[in-house]
Amino acid sequence: MLILSSLLLFILLAAARDEFQEELVIRPLHSGDIYASFQFRTLWDTDFLQEGQKVSHYRLFPKSLGQVLSKFSVRELHISFTQGFWRTMQWGQPFIPSPPGAELWVWFHDTVSDVDGNWKELTNVLSGIFCASLNFIDLTNTVQPSASFKPLGLGNATDHRFLRYATLPREIVCTENLTPWKKLLPCGSKAGLAVLMKSEKLFHSSFHSQAVHIRPICQDEQCSSKAWELRQTLNVVFDLHTSGQGKKEWSLFKMFSRTLTEACPLASSSKVYVDITDNPELFELSPATPLLGQAVVLGDRRTYSVYDLIMPTSSMVLSPCALGDMLRPLLHAERYVAGFGLQTGEIHTVIYNNHPYRAFPVLLMDSVPWYLQLYIHTLTVTSKSRDNKPSYIHYQPAKDRHRPHLLEMLIQLPPHSMTEVTVQFERALLKWTEYTPDPNHGFYVGSSVVSALVPSMVAMRTNFTQDQPLFSSFVPVKEESSYFVRVYTEPLLVNLPTPDFSMPYNVICLTCTVVAVGYGSFYNLLTRTFQVDEPSPPLSKRLANLIRRMRGVPLLT
Amino acid sequence: IFWFNYRHVANTLSVYRSVKRLGIPDSHIVLMLADDMACNYRNPKPATVFSHKNMELNVYGDDVEVDYRGYEVTVENFLRVLTGRLPPSTPRSKRLLSDDRSNILIYLTGHGGNGFLKFQDSEEISNMELADAFEQMWQKRRYNELLFIIDTCQGASMYERFYSPNLMALASSQVGEDSLSVSHTFFTCLFQFKVCPQSQCVSTPGHRTDLFQRDPGSVLITDFFGSVRKVEITKDTINLTSPVEPPIKRSGSGDIQIESLTYVDQLPVAEIIHQKPKQKDWHPPDGFILGLWTLILLVFFQTYGIKHLKHIF
Repeated sequence: MLILSSLLLFILLAAARDEFQEELVIRPLHSGDIYASFQFRTLWDTDFLQEGQKVSHYRLFPKSLGQVLSKFSVRELHISFTQGFWRTMQWGQPFIPSPPGAELWVWFHDTVSDVDGNWKELTNVLSGIFCASLNFIDLTNTVQPSASFKPLGLGNATDHRFLRYATLPREIVCTENLTPWKKLLPCGSKAGLAVLMKSEKLFHSSFHSQAVHIRPICQDEQCSSKAWELRQTLNVVFDLHTSGQGKKEWSLFKMFSRTLTEACPLASSSKVYVDITDNPELFELSPATPLLGQAVVLGDRRTYSVYDLIMPTSSMVLSPCALGDMLRPLLHAERYVAGFGLQTGEIHTVIYNNHPYRAFPVLLMDSVPWYLQLYIHTLTVTSKSRDNKPSYIHYQPAKDRHRPHLLEMLIQLPPHSMTEVTVQFERALLKWTEYTPDPNHGFYVGSSVVSALVPSMVAMRTNFTQDQPLFSSFVPVKEESSYFVRVYTEPLLVNLPTPDFSMPYNVICLTCTVVAVGYGSFYNLLTRTFQVDEPSPPLSKRLANLIRRMRGVPLLT
Repeated sequence: IFWFNYRHVANTLSVYRSVKRLGIPDSHIVLMLADDMACNYRNPKPATVFSHKNMELNVYGDDVEVDYRGYEVTVENFLRVLTGRLPPSTPRSKRLLSDDRSNILIYLTGHGGNGFLKFQDSEEISNMELADAFEQMWQKRRYNELLFIIDTCQGASMYERFYSPNLMALASSQVGEDSLSVSHTFFTCLFQFKVCPQSQCVSTPGHRTDLFQRDPGSVLITDFFGSVRKVEITKDTINLTSPVEPPIKRSGSGDIQIESLTYVDQLPVAEIIHQKPKQKDWHPPDGFILGLWTLILLVFFQTYGIKHLKHIF
């Protein structure tokens, strides 16, 4: 009886296990900046979308997100808040790319009947959780991409009616977004790697991006069952010059003004990786560690020094470095607005393929707000000064005040070339209540997304193992010879013809002045009657009259 | 948007900090900041807001939660928060969940004039609107006692029109005076209530307590600025029941079809090129089309008479 109950207890305990891993990757960049990437992963073997069974016991997985997933039947959720723009040519490719502002894309389950209603409520709930103005996401800036943003997790069906994508390029990221993000971690910011996250240092940087990615993944190598994965990532690029460093020497304390004390007790693994691939003999790491790891990430084989926090080590890390050549990023994109005046303009998107001999296709997705009316008949795609016809175009025109433009194209990029996509647009006049309180700042257009399978110099690993570092296992790899990359362009800032908001006040002042002065004087002239009046005598005469009255003598005139 | 409004954000955050320090949790505070100062590009020390130029106290801190920020701070949102008439999908942190036993503190700061307070440089809230909002709150039993503090130019005009009971109001300046919030500090870091005399501040503070039912002298500041949580301490051990576990997925016993789950191809080029066009969801006909058909049918029956109707149905 006792043995049976203890066995039952053991099975019950082993049933819904959850696991938490944390890691930090530090990579010195060629421009002298330091790229630090935190990743926190919680794996949970449970089913939120089960019928009739509500998940009620949460341990490491945050309850607020779990309830959101089950209430709105979410299959995948990706939300990111970014301040700054990732400079691909100077810094290389990030581990997890994100556009400036806020970006949210969600795959719903196919059992959902009203996707738009769920989307609206989901954005409101998330705006409360993350203290952000996500409630400004509505149908005027949501699109349903037809080929980009395929699910990053497990699944078979990819009907794009269940996908919603929206960006808010104007969204500001500050401490009030970091605070609830830190609260989602099992250890909070009290233990483990999250101790380093001090907002005064994190926001004093060239690039800051925090994201939450939730998706179902394979639980083990055979992939017989699935588990839910919650990844919280924070990417920061510190500029050594603004933080007052003269020499190219950095330490954890100088970057974060905190030191690591211990690993999170709830974490099964807690590691710090330092990228020493570039010129390892010129590096000096203290404390030195004999642990070296190699990982293939973003088409490149890189060597890392590994510090495991579960085994106690000391905290400071110093390194002077002189760096050699950087691997040139193979895919790079830019975007700008051309033209003059406040009536028309032209959007130019330039995509560079820096591979010396291989051509590969890219999928370009553009979502333009309705008040920039695109003329699609002027769309041209040229590479190497010759016309390049895309093999797939999906265009959904905008509906005024209802829907933005969506343009998706699959373009084949010739090797070592520059491809330019241009489209002309006309600026619309908004109703005067639709202007923001500061319309002269301009209106933002969200970043374009370029997705591609870039040929890789190094063979990528296609099977996942548990001990693979987190930063190399985010995107599932299907074939060895290429890796998937997503590049975001700059957002655009466009001026719309703005009315003069002081005009009603000026008109009222002018009209009232004209009425009062002009008409009033005229009315006075017409209706005034004149009477002859004796002028009052001067003071001396009045006094004289007073004395004469007293004397009884006749008065002066 | 305007950097010279930094001091208003600093004032609001000082009050927020003091209120939090005296015990009110974030779930009971609705903080609305119209401009982002801390992470603005003009701020030489990002993620900080200081209340004094010697930069000794960062009132922004590391654990601030702003509920309404930027363009969300509008007159409509403010009145909706007060009266509770928010759309159903509004999250809890953006609602004022008060009942008839709650004491509410409202602190407003910014630019104002005789009878109005400016929101976002494009709209104003008038003292009559505010008074009506408070009356709605009273009728819906949304507060027990309410302390209204306003820190703007001519702030005393904002409370002239109040007519609901249990309201106490304080203003930093009278009608006709400007308030320089630099010299008007309600709270120092020792949380003393400092009312500054005419010689130090340029303006005269005003107050209104006639609508208050209790004697104002007996009211504690902490009735509005702080809160006490009830904590029960016990030394007995409590046995928790074992948690409800979801049913165990049996694997291995018998022959069960294990469907291998796969990841989706991120850029399936061949599939994309040969993609069939999406079937458009069928929508019921638009109002215009319906009206057009109704018109056609009406004209038809008018010309040919109603007796033809029975041939149709």
